[in-house]
Amino acid sequence: MERRKERIDRGVKVRSDGIYALNSYREVFYLAFPRLIPILGLLVICPLFSEYWKEVFVSTAVYALLAVSWELLYMGGLISLGQSLFYGVGAYIAGALNAYWGVPPILSLPIATLVGGVFCTLMLLPVLRLRGIYFAMVTLVLPLLLSRFVEATRILGGTEGLTGIDSFSSQWVAFYLVQVALLVAFFGFRRLEGSDYGLVIKGINDNDRAIMSSGINIYWYKTQILFMAGAVGAFAGAYGAHYDMFAGIPGFALDYSILPIAAAAVGGMGSFAGPLLGAFILVPLSEILRALGALRIVFYGLFLVFAVVGLPEGLFHFIRRKYEQIERWVEVDKG
Amino acid sequence: MFAAILIYGFINSSILALVAMGFNLTFGISGVANFAYGAIYIFAGFLVWIFLNTLGVNYFFSIILSFLSSFLLGYLMYRFVILRVRGLPLSEVMATFGLGLAIMELFRYLDFVGVKYSLPVFIDGSVSIGGHFIDYQRLLIAVIAVVMTVAFYFFTHYTKLGLAFRAIAQDDETALTLGIDPDRIGAFSLALGSSLAALAAIIILPLGTISVENGYEVLINALAVCIVGGLGSTVGVIVASVLVGYSQTLTANYIEPHWMILVSLAAIAVVLVVKPSGIFGKQKELEERV
Repeated sequence: MERRKERIDRGVKVRSDGIYALNSYREVFYLAFPRLIPILGLLVICPLFSEYWKEVFVSTAVYALLAVSWELLYMGGLISLGQSLFYGVGAYIAGALNAYWGVPPILSLPIATLVGGVFCTLMLLPVLRLRGIYFAMVTLVLPLLLSRFVEATRILGGTEGLTGIDSFSSQWVAFYLVQVALLVAFFGFRRLEGSDYGLVIKGINDNDRAIMSSGINIYWYKTQILFMAGAVGAFAGAYGAHYDMFAGIPGFALDYSILPIAAAAVGGMGSFAGPLLGAFILVPLSEILRALGALRIVFYGLFLVFAVVGLPEGLFHFIRRKYEQIERWVEVDKG
Repeated sequence: MFAAILIYGFINSSILALVAMGFNLTFGISGVANFAYGAIYIFAGFLVWIFLNTLGVNYFFSIILSFLSSFLLGYLMYRFVILRVRGLPLSEVMATFGLGLAIMELFRYLDFVGVKYSLPVFIDGSVSIGGHFIDYQRLLIAVIAVVMTVAFYFFTHYTKLGLAFRAIAQDDETALTLGIDPDRIGAFSLALGSSLAALAAIIILPLGTISVENGYEVLINALAVCIVGGLGSTVGVIVASVLVGYSQTLTANYIEPHWMILVSLAAIAVVLVVKPSGIFGKQKELEERV
């Protein structure tokens, strides 16, 4: 007897999703629970860990910011293989402001965010008409090019980079600053995704010519999401520069490009929660694997392969399906 | 000076053409991502070294064995990794890149680092051309590169298998209606691409030591040549290797050797901005931009 898996939405999902009047605390909880996980997790549970793990969570949040910024571009059909461009530019702007002119972090962070966003947008503006794999290749090459450029011309400290950048006033400020920034970016982008604006962005991904023929200037929209994604990435870089008290060529390293994509691939693309979840799996995992020494990257690579091959839809979509639907085996009709 | 640049530029171009050929066959001609290409390159090199020095097999058989292992590795990679995510370009790239990372870093972990990891040259000695000494190995590279390129052109244009490779990149469903099994051809393309990587490794690596960094460099160079030349174009690969090869040699001579990789990167960037499908790319001209 042949069987197939049938998936049906849970009653509570249908009630709380479609009808905009919640009837019970159970429905309120059903809706609020998944949204509370990142808020409580980042602000309350993460600080309970030891000093070492708190530092791990800070770097996780930096990667998560890049991953969320990656997802925004992906939503608009722009696949970025070079998030380290954003990180490196942000780090160098904040680092240079602080190291050369002594601008305090409270000013250098917003300046680096805005100027970094504009700078990254201008760098990618000439290739905005490209799509798919061609845009991806340009973004892959740009950070490599910039790092070689810095290395060869010896500007901004050359290979040594800028050292002695001011740190944050306390560990707590540093910790909460990045976590709150991550939550703001995450929920802000989710809000954007649900609005009409988000609909246009997603339409550009699905069928750009149809959007054009609706009389919408898609390049202007693409420029805007580039700026938003670039600003978030540049903030991550500026924060990283102040946190590590260092800005240099490693900012353009492949790590900052690969990890956000890996996070999206593991966590699941097409939703902002996926990359966030992926980042909070991959970065702590790589810390745990540190005990293995040089074998770390080997396991890391294999984990990536297994995650991508075993669960191509991504972990978040898998969890979401379990949360929203019931599955049962039914017999196939022989019609 | 001029003659030296001419000769060394030609050899450099030959090296690039050889390195890019397998990548072009897999990624360019049949549209299967293989970002483990650099890893397979050093895998083949280290395998020859292991057969030769640890197991004591003679040089010729080590080469044959390494060649076959790379073929098998490519086939298995398609069968167990790519087949499951076929049609999701980003997942294909991530999965193969992850696998390549694992292979390369495994060699680093196993401590395959140092000058002792080098392969002997095929024929010792050198010959003088116009007052410049060229060793036989480099001469051999140039000859093999020329022969391989010609063979490659005829393979992709006049044999059934070569045409099938190009067919699955264009439209695998149409290919299926004409009796081409896209999965079988895809697997074969990856396997053949991998063995071409092995061939390049075996011929080129005797010039220096085998190192893990080679793998990353090879991937960037292969990518540069394929993009500049145009994905899916054989003539493009030749022209691009000559262009990139000579500009690298000129850079190394007149500016500084460590700017060489900058040339590859800049070439990729410029070509992508001006003509994304490459100098000779025709395949995806309509899809590249809006």
